[in-house]
Amino acid sequence: MLSIKDLSVSINGKTILDGFNLEVKAGEVHAIMGPNGTGKSTLASVIAGRDMFDVDRGEITYRGQNLFDMAPEIRAREGIFLGFQYPVEIPGVSMASFMRTAINEKRKHLGLEPMSGAEFLKLMEEKKKLVEIQSKLTNRSVNEGFSGGEKKKNEIFQMALLEPRLAILDETDSGLDIDALKVVANGVNKLRSPENATIIITHYQRLLDFIIPDYVHVLFDGRIVKSGDKSLALELESKGYEWVKKEANMAAAH
Amino acid sequence: MTTSINTLPLKDRLLSLFYENLPHIKGNATPAANRLREMALAAFERQGFPNPKMENWRFSDISQLLETDFAFDFSNQSRPFNIEKIFTCDVYDLDTFSVTLLNGWFVYKNAPLTRLSNGTIIGSLAKAMEVYPEIVDEYLGKAASAEKSGLVALNTAFIQDGLFIFVPEGVTVEKPIQLINIVDSQVPLLLQPRHMLIAEKGSNVTLVNCDHSLTHNVSFTNTVMEVFAHPEAIVDHYKIQNKGKNSALFTNTFFHLQKKSRVSSNIITLNGGFTRNNLHVTLQETETHADLNGLYLVDRNQHVDNQVFIDHAAQGCFSNQLFKGILDDQARAVFSGKIMVRREAQQTLAYQNNKNLLLTDEAKVNTQPHLEIYADDVKCSHGATVGQLDPEAMFYLRSRGISEKSARQLMMLAFADEVVQKISIEPLRQRIGSMVERRLKGELSICDQCVLHCNDKGPTTFNIDMSKI
Repeated sequence: MLSIKDLSVSINGKTILDGFNLEVKAGEVHAIMGPNGTGKSTLASVIAGRDMFDVDRGEITYRGQNLFDMAPEIRAREGIFLGFQYPVEIPGVSMASFMRTAINEKRKHLGLEPMSGAEFLKLMEEKKKLVEIQSKLTNRSVNEGFSGGEKKKNEIFQMALLEPRLAILDETDSGLDIDALKVVANGVNKLRSPENATIIITHYQRLLDFIIPDYVHVLFDGRIVKSGDKSLALELESKGYEWVKKEANMAAAH
Repeated sequence: MTTSINTLPLKDRLLSLFYENLPHIKGNATPAANRLREMALAAFERQGFPNPKMENWRFSDISQLLETDFAFDFSNQSRPFNIEKIFTCDVYDLDTFSVTLLNGWFVYKNAPLTRLSNGTIIGSLAKAMEVYPEIVDEYLGKAASAEKSGLVALNTAFIQDGLFIFVPEGVTVEKPIQLINIVDSQVPLLLQPRHMLIAEKGSNVTLVNCDHSLTHNVSFTNTVMEVFAHPEAIVDHYKIQNKGKNSALFTNTFFHLQKKSRVSSNIITLNGGFTRNNLHVTLQETETHADLNGLYLVDRNQHVDNQVFIDHAAQGCFSNQLFKGILDDQARAVFSGKIMVRREAQQTLAYQNNKNLLLTDEAKVNTQPHLEIYADDVKCSHGATVGQLDPEAMFYLRSRGISEKSARQLMMLAFADEVVQKISIEPLRQRIGSMVERRLKGELSICDQCVLHCNDKGPTTFNIDMSKI
């Protein structure tokens, strides 16, 4: 589904990703872990199409297409979803008109009829339950006045509505208490299917107690330095990132 | 009679036209109105037209407009005219009591003056001067001073017709009154409607004022409206401006508030060549409340200038100004809001906010707050922002599959919505909201095409041969 080869990305001349490789197939869940400032969020932003980076080298193909040929909205309509680390507040834009516009622009892109208001409201109610959102979202402005937990739940709620093929969750667990974490994880698990894939970007292991990854990768200095299964996450938790850093530095020295 | 002399500067032409046409201009006006006009003419002669050397005209230069060879209608040219046939305004099929001015003259649909069963009088100012001279004389020129503004002086000198509304004590006028101002002329026209709204003690009235043009020609509209809110009266005023690119619209509105009265003013500028709104609010007595809202959506070379002066002259009054604008292309906006708090005006609450969204590097806004405070127990604030669409929010929307164009529209609508939400009448809020939405989607074009697009039913309802109007 997603193939990243030898990707190097910089911002203002500073290299962030440096020879990054990753293969993600349908049905898989990948966790990307690593210390702060190693390029995890940059990776997520580059895949979603934020244009503040310079791609210096390498390629990303998504379902056989060159991702860099696609505008952010086209990537989204083709099934890529980014769960933001810091969801943006947009005063005055209601959740309902935001999501209805998004769904209908996607449907148009796929050659489908737009969804009626009634159908849409029904869908909203259904998906709200998935992430245990009680409040009336319809008239609320996007993320405005939402607590940290509500914002993250709202990301999963949007994901549920848009039904992406490839979801990238950028630090979705940060700032969540354990109850909210379970709700978020539960939502993600329910959306898991053999047809779609998930990349979970996280600093800590705890989200992976609830969403079991197929692969765990450790990102350090802009590239993956270690890959393994879920046991790698546990090992990291007990030994800390220093352990991986040391190994990576030793490998570099040889 | 249409009169035009093209050799003299506009000011001198107007001065000579005044004397040449005095019998026509005076018509059946009251002696008091005629005395007022002679004083106003002297005031105009002294002050002339505004120029950019004047502090509050620094950013709005009308010298080019004054070069135009304007014609003037000194008598009612209103021909047999079926407004529904040629024109349907977007807020038109609201359930309103609607009246029309064509080129500044009241269109006599049924009668020039209507007296409702509750005693409310609505109609032509010219006729009101004949039938109710005592009411007109009591108020005319009492809120709008000719001494401080050349444009007000000019309007006052040439007072002939306009809208007259009188709401008696305790009466609530159920339906909003809608005034449609239409300019339609084959030649450049200068027109000066004069409106008057008197809301007696405890009365309640809503006026919706729509400005449209049906012409490509240059027009110069210099309107003065005086609104008198007696104790505990409630007056809501909505002004929707959707004019052609060659129109210049000067609107001088004066609110005079007595004890515990409440007014709201909502000026929605959707299109216009040159638009200047002078809003002058005097909180004369205690515990009055004024909500002054404005929204301007301008593009191309449109120029919109809102000048607000709010005079807190008594204790315990509240005022709030919220003016927001979106500027595209090379459009230009000016906002100046002055809050004067006089020594007597303790416990004043006065707020002002002007927010602007610039969509291009060439669009320009000048915003100036002024506070002049002589009382010590007051709460006043002012704020002004000029910004672009938030790129973070744009990316967030696009990352969900929303096109750049739709994302911009959603955000512009959200920006404008704060003002739209201030509209208290639900159907009117929906109507104006939908006009704003269509304007931002580029579907509501300037009034060059207004006659074809101003209607929900679509262009097919207007098969008008413009040459025959």
